[in-house]
Amino acid sequence: MATPTPRVRVPATAKAGELIEIKTLISHEMESGQRKDSSGKVVPRKIINKFTATFNGKPVFEADWNPAISANPYQSFFYKASETGEFTFTWKDDDGSEYTAKNKLTVG
Amino acid sequence: MIMKPVEPTRRETFALAAIAGLAAFLAPKMVLADEGMVAAEIKKLYGDKKLESGKVKLDVPEIAENGLVVPINVEVESPMTEQDYVKAVHVFADGNPLPGVVSYKFTPSSGKAAASTRMRLAQTQNIVCIAEMSNGTLHTTKANIKVTIGGCGG
Repeated sequence: MATPTPRVRVPATAKAGELIEIKTLISHEMESGQRKDSSGKVVPRKIINKFTATFNGKPVFEADWNPAISANPYQSFFYKASETGEFTFTWKDDDGSEYTAKNKLTVG
Repeated sequence: MIMKPVEPTRRETFALAAIAGLAAFLAPKMVLADEGMVAAEIKKLYGDKKLESGKVKLDVPEIAENGLVVPINVEVESPMTEQDYVKAVHVFADGNPLPGVVSYKFTPSSGKAAASTRMRLAQTQNIVCIAEMSNGTLHTTKANIKVTIGGCGG
């Protein structure tokens, strides 16, 4: 499978105190570990098990995903804008790899 | 032009029935979670703490045509200040091979304790949602989703 590509939608600017919605999507098959291949062997589990969002290094939101999360997982959540800075979004894979995306937010 | 509804012919009906029967026969016997397993998971997290109703809003479709992608939106009523905010939200499904679906952790900077994602459901079942507030109280809600085609196995 190709390297998972994260896609994130964050408004570029916000007013102080404004509530913004952040939408994220990453391409990943989220193999549940429940399926069997044509020869009857269980396909090993390989999912993204954790998604975290931080702003200027401070935690904002975290989601622990189980195999019940659909392929190409979507996650949306909110953030109360207070200062200018940068979001870091991290997806942690079962195999240890990490996928990250960064987005700037200007508060004015 | 008036469109007539396409009705399956007798032959097609038989073919469909045969396929459905075969699929049911071939489907692996999956061990599915049940209400007891969900209750056990909750007990593991919070022990015998009292679960209150209210405050949690679970937004899910009543009928999910495709069990592979079922949208789920959770919202918890809270002012989301340093003193009073939603710490965590856990979502469980009582008819999936594994009861856990997702666990969220919020912070006061979240502004609003709401999040949405998409999940897989193996069959018609209940979704249980538990929210842990910063003062330690627990709030819960439940919703039933009818699943037309289960999104599991293969």
